[in-house]
Amino acid sequence: MSDLTRLGAAELAEKLAGGEVTSVDVTRAHLERIGEVDSRLHAFLHVGEESAMATAADVDARRAAGEDVPTLAGVPVAVKDLINTTDQPTTAGSRMLEGWVPPYDATVVARLRAAGLPILGKTNLDEFAMGSSNEHSAYGPTRNPWDTDRIPGGSSGGSAAAVASHEAPLALGTDTGGSIRQPGAMTGVVGMKPTYGGVSRYGVVAMASSLDQVGPMARSVLDAALLHEVVAGHDPLDSTSIDAPVPDVVAAARRGDVSGLKIGIVRELGGEGFQPGVQAAFDGAVEQLAQAGAEVVEVACPSFRHGIAAYYLVMPSEVSSNLARFDAMRYGLRVSPEGVPDPSAEQVMSASRDAGFGDEVKRRIVLGTYALSSGYYDAYYGSAQKVRTLIARDFAAAFEQVDVLVSPTAPTTAWRLGEKSDDPLAMYLEDVCTIPANLAGVPGLSLPVGLADDTGLPVGVQFLAPALADDRVYNVAAALERLVAAPVLEEVR
Amino acid sequence: MTTATQKIVPFDEAITRYDPVMGLEVHVELNTATKMFCGCATAFGAEPNTQVCPVCLGLPGALPVVNAKAVESAIRIGLALSCDIAEWCRFARKNYFYPDMPKNFQTSQYDEPIAFDGYLDVEVPLEEGGTRTVRVEIERAHMEEDTGKSLHVGGATGRIHGADHSLLDYNRAGIPLIEIVTRTIHVPAELAPAVARAFVTQLRDLIVALDVSDARMDQGSLRADVNLSLSPKDSGVLGTRSETKNVNSFRSVERAVRYEIGRHAGVLDAGGSILQETRHFHEANGSTSAGREKSDADDYRYFPEPDLAPVAPSREWVEELRGTLPEPPSERRRRLQAEWEFSDLDMRDTVGAGALDLVAATVAAGTTPAAAKKWWLGELARRANEDGTDLADLPITPEQVAAIQGLIDAGRVNDKLARQVFEGVLAGEGTPDEVVSTRGLEVVSDDGALGDAVDRAIEANPDVAQKIRDGKVQAAGALIGAVMKEMRGQADAGRVRELVLEKLS
Repeated sequence: MSDLTRLGAAELAEKLAGGEVTSVDVTRAHLERIGEVDSRLHAFLHVGEESAMATAADVDARRAAGEDVPTLAGVPVAVKDLINTTDQPTTAGSRMLEGWVPPYDATVVARLRAAGLPILGKTNLDEFAMGSSNEHSAYGPTRNPWDTDRIPGGSSGGSAAAVASHEAPLALGTDTGGSIRQPGAMTGVVGMKPTYGGVSRYGVVAMASSLDQVGPMARSVLDAALLHEVVAGHDPLDSTSIDAPVPDVVAAARRGDVSGLKIGIVRELGGEGFQPGVQAAFDGAVEQLAQAGAEVVEVACPSFRHGIAAYYLVMPSEVSSNLARFDAMRYGLRVSPEGVPDPSAEQVMSASRDAGFGDEVKRRIVLGTYALSSGYYDAYYGSAQKVRTLIARDFAAAFEQVDVLVSPTAPTTAWRLGEKSDDPLAMYLEDVCTIPANLAGVPGLSLPVGLADDTGLPVGVQFLAPALADDRVYNVAAALERLVAAPVLEEVR
Repeated sequence: MTTATQKIVPFDEAITRYDPVMGLEVHVELNTATKMFCGCATAFGAEPNTQVCPVCLGLPGALPVVNAKAVESAIRIGLALSCDIAEWCRFARKNYFYPDMPKNFQTSQYDEPIAFDGYLDVEVPLEEGGTRTVRVEIERAHMEEDTGKSLHVGGATGRIHGADHSLLDYNRAGIPLIEIVTRTIHVPAELAPAVARAFVTQLRDLIVALDVSDARMDQGSLRADVNLSLSPKDSGVLGTRSETKNVNSFRSVERAVRYEIGRHAGVLDAGGSILQETRHFHEANGSTSAGREKSDADDYRYFPEPDLAPVAPSREWVEELRGTLPEPPSERRRRLQAEWEFSDLDMRDTVGAGALDLVAATVAAGTTPAAAKKWWLGELARRANEDGTDLADLPITPEQVAAIQGLIDAGRVNDKLARQVFEGVLAGEGTPDEVVSTRGLEVVSDDGALGDAVDRAIEANPDVAQKIRDGKVQAAGALIGAVMKEMRGQADAGRVRELVLEKLS
């Protein structure tokens, strides 16, 4: 492994700015690393060597010419394959979009390009971001670099594994119910879901529009903040994008000071049902924060217990509508039904959707179609929206008492591939801690705090703050990052 | 399906036994420069699939952004229909699969329309002459996007069934639409067809006055659906309704209502039941045929559109827009009647003939109200009736009518010649001046030519001439007639009379 892949984004940026290394060297080192380990991990669905190297060469040339380039210019990044790129296919982890090359870049990709970050490739994911393990990728699962018999979490499991295994210093993921934070916890990397509306969703294949959010993944809090700063900010193409200045997340990540801050442990997110090794690592982390000067209290968020139920109504409802466009008419897979000599458009649509979507996607489309049906709407979708309001009120009440909330990111460490495949409900429960933030639109960051003493696998702690206070979670996470022994993966195992 | 044996009960008979229950839905395509949720152009008639982008093609990841101009137009339409304007409303997704709908849901509004609870007072022409004012209540006006267009190639009917293949044009997908929905219209049965036509006509006038749409029925920028059911007279029992689409002219609105009343009556008389379905109107023979079967089981799974922020027009903005409204049609009618010094009957005839705007424009071009009314309700109404078209669709402009009246006032043509000028203009022979010169219609008042003709008339009628010399001046008519005949009606009759009397005094 080249030394360059051991460095974080901030360090690489410094060396690039100082002329110690070139982006071509840095980018090539990461591409070589991908070549070396990805056959065992399957973190990437597509490697964009040519375009990444072209960007790198361009940035080097501009630097050499004395041009003033953005901070992260030349630092390579991996992009979840749910996010549109004009120079690389975007499959959403589905057969439905196999080989599809979008005619337009997502806004976040346009911002990466404008900031001069070479895009190494597109990372693996659960199909259309539906899953917590990456086992639902139509192209085969990504494996956890800490133990390749285990899942990396999901749905941004490819991005998490790529960062954890030093294939990329930075990656973009998306988080609808925990899909950045949970794989972050499973693989020992920092994963941040920004405030809803903080980062543009334009050009990101939609799963559940009112919940989806793009965010950074990195091996340090500062690196995540640097990438956050590049992609965040108002986008007129996304009506749900917030037209307000982006909080200074980089300054917060550099500050890392919890003295005088009030931190609330969410009573409902811990204890029974949580793996002892996870709970112990979490308790230790909280103890560290208290010692660093934070006032730690316990707060009640009683409606959080209904979060999963509400999420599994709102999310599939929106999924059922968002995925209706995949009908074989304009793009994507087209399959003619077998044994039908002169099929109608409807029969082609039906056959294509049957062949193109995997079981988990179909399960959610059926759930959502049912939940929105006339006669059931009020009982299901309507009630779920009310629960959302209650959860938002719990957050509001909690943030009257404390500055930041804290919980484990997930109840367990990474499980073995196939372990929960036959039990979708058990898998859904893995998102119990992360879902409330999506339902309420607040920011949440998962920080690796060490290895569980029972499984020896990474554990993540999640910080939550009020909407638009993304800087607060970076500040607290940066403080804790200095106090705990971050898990360092020496080699894929 | 309609069968060949289906009996259509004559309208007059049907309404002796049934009361129609009627509602109208009108779709108005707005004339905004760009689409409802993206920046694509909206020009009519462009090459297929050239006015499209990721948003209106429903590409993965694309997101909508509301066109503020379309919201403004929706509010102005709502205000002009005396609606309340929502302080806060949302878009909703109407989910169903169809190849010309890029996302397989239509972004529309469901239970939170931008405008609601309004009315339009329409003047309905009566068969016995005159008009009656009917208040049509508006349930709602809401914003939505249009779908693409399917072109079915190969089938006999241009419909999807039996077609070899279909072509899809997404230029229309995403064009902003306002859907205006009336409440049930309660009128005497015999008036229903005329009310339907008058409503759509006068709604069109309002839309045009607001300048928010071309409102061309023939191009589909104004589309009217007729919802109709029959209730056995005095039974209070509601029937099953049909929804007739593809009604492409004002006249067709009226015909569609008449036909459906007769068709429903035929089915009910035979003890059958009406299917809840969409019907297609056929311009050629005024009939309807079965379209898609609809049922209450059609479930569009509406839910609030999560990709769009709610629309919350400020009261200040709404009031500002209220200030931009054109004069309400009923007030305008009162004002014009006073200005024109028309009797109530004159006014009702004018409105009933659909000639109000035409007369107004003719007056604006310099003609007296009485003369303008005389032409539009006389010569031109007769022509429109002969051609089976609306007055407004005749190939003559109010400015041309004013020009012809100007020729009369200047003494260049008389009334009789003027009718020939109208004929020439309607036949596409050019402007009134051009018709006068190409057809040689100008009145001759030149003394040389007239004098010669008078001399010839005196010579040919010595007896008459002698009577005039003897003082029987009324006998001059015979000589004038002879001159007019010789000059094919183009002589200035007054001058001829003067010349006759001069020469024989």
